[in-house]
Amino acid sequence: MNTQVNAVPESPLGSQAAAAVMSETRPLYWSIRRELWENRSIYIAPLAVAAVYLLGFLISLFWVPRSMRGMGAHESLPPVNVLAMPYSHASMLIMLIALLVGIFYSLDALNSERRDRSILFWKSLPVSDLTTVLSKASIPLVVLPLITLAITVALHLIMLLLNAAVRLVSSSGTGVPWAPPLFEMELVTLYATAVMALWHAPLYGWFLLVSGWARRATFLWAVLPPLALAATEYIVFHTSYLDSLLQNRLYGFAAGAFDLKDKNGVPIDAHFIPLAQLAPGRFLSSPGLWIGLVFAAIFLAAAVRMRRYRDPL
Amino acid sequence: MACIEARGLRKAFGKTIALDGVNLRVEEGRILGLIGPNGAGKTTALNAILGLTQYQGELRVLGRDPWSERDRLMLDVCFIADVAVLPRWMRVSQALDYVAGVHPRFDRAKAEGFLQKTDIRRASKIRELSKGMVTQLHLALVMAIDARLLVLDEPTLGLDILYRKQFYDSLLNDYYDRSRTIVVTTHQVDDIQNVLTDLMFINHGRIVLDCSMEEFESRYLEVTVHPQQVAAALALKPIHERQGLGRSILLFDLKSDSKPDLNSEVKSNRVDRQQVVALGDARTPGIADLFVAMLGNTQGNTPVDDSGRAQGVPQ
Repeated sequence: MNTQVNAVPESPLGSQAAAAVMSETRPLYWSIRRELWENRSIYIAPLAVAAVYLLGFLISLFWVPRSMRGMGAHESLPPVNVLAMPYSHASMLIMLIALLVGIFYSLDALNSERRDRSILFWKSLPVSDLTTVLSKASIPLVVLPLITLAITVALHLIMLLLNAAVRLVSSSGTGVPWAPPLFEMELVTLYATAVMALWHAPLYGWFLLVSGWARRATFLWAVLPPLALAATEYIVFHTSYLDSLLQNRLYGFAAGAFDLKDKNGVPIDAHFIPLAQLAPGRFLSSPGLWIGLVFAAIFLAAAVRMRRYRDPL
Repeated sequence: MACIEARGLRKAFGKTIALDGVNLRVEEGRILGLIGPNGAGKTTALNAILGLTQYQGELRVLGRDPWSERDRLMLDVCFIADVAVLPRWMRVSQALDYVAGVHPRFDRAKAEGFLQKTDIRRASKIRELSKGMVTQLHLALVMAIDARLLVLDEPTLGLDILYRKQFYDSLLNDYYDRSRTIVVTTHQVDDIQNVLTDLMFINHGRIVLDCSMEEFESRYLEVTVHPQQVAAALALKPIHERQGLGRSILLFDLKSDSKPDLNSEVKSNRVDRQQVVALGDARTPGIADLFVAMLGNTQGNTPVDDSGRAQGVPQ
């Protein structure tokens, strides 16, 4: 099924350059495919969660009395936020799952190949350690965000269709708005996914490095030392710089990449964030982003070195 | 150009010296058996050659420095580390896809051809295959790569005799073409005696024997001595004596006297082939017999076990 990909162009014109590009990218391409073969949870986990969520949504469409929908506890919110709520819950849930999958994938990526000694097979092929580490890093940084995005958009569309169908069947009152501005929401999802991947890049880099270094218990090695350092700082100096640094790295992107208050200074509700509240300029010019990316590069470079030097377990 | 050339190769793990100044030279087109007891430094030497471990000293493989150029070297070098390293989660078809994807010299049709002769199904996961089948698959992958050097580290460990024989038969008939070089380590030396063109013994990180198989055959002679000749035979200073079926079996080193300039001791050590043949039934010794003769004295027990039983076989 992959023969067409394997065919190297034979045309004499420009074939040299093409071959050079191919020879650089082909191992990377195949290494990423290899990761997806090995770690099917990368797409199965978000798909499964999406399916369960869809089921719940469907049930809620039929069972929750219409009069109660959008009422009660949410009366204080603007109507568009109430309409957006099930959709934004869906995207948040899938983002959270992707985050968890990305963390556990990274903690295992460079460890399992040493554990089962298959690293000796991978190293018998003309694929550099750099290519291998990059292919593994691209899973949480590129592949998972793309999967998140695709699944979220698909899920939203299905929800919208279901909602429309139920409305048609039950012929509820026309004129009442029932669909959130979905296109705008997808753009925000795209933005948020990219922001999170960039902001969390040093975390994934650190996890990959630990997975290439530790013999076992990669999760503990990755998490306990920073926590212990933060605790030590608090006990010795009664300060919590490290603690706030770590917390900032986990969810600080929200304050950096979005204007969380509208122009009247009123905090916005996160269920529907209008495009006007995005702050890409501020995010891209924040030192935290770039310092984080430098750390990510350092961690990945160290992981490449680690893969070269460490023996199989 | 030599395929592998090492001078003063040295490697220590803490206080343990794995390679203690190894010099070796393997010409292209040879099939070299690297034989040694456990812990002698075989795998370390191979890992150095494959760019898997750092070393001190000088080492060139196909003109490259393996440690700094591993990924480029692997275009021309293949290796089977041991039977268990193919990833168990992978499907056979995925293994073919992947190697075809990353290796420009992989001939997929050739690999498929090899697999056709086996019971391996394309859809099987590697964990579902028997140990013998995994080896067949790995060999099929490796033989379909047009490489100049093939390194096999215990390739037949834990396989039954049929698979082992098949393994070396396919290697000789379908792969080896006198321009490729093969380096193999194994404890099952009887399997490879007729395969090799060159033989090396390694012990305590040093090369203790380095000869071609022609040299081996002309230099070493094993004789089952007639009982009445034993005293005369022992006078010729065999390098090893063992008992078999109540008779003495002696191993002689017919040193090819390269320096006939009358160093008296060398002269007295020199044994004439005719003399030895007259003592009883003479034949070329097995590699295992010479190994025991040369290294058995320094080890507590017999280091070579041709059934592989003495090996710590990994699960």
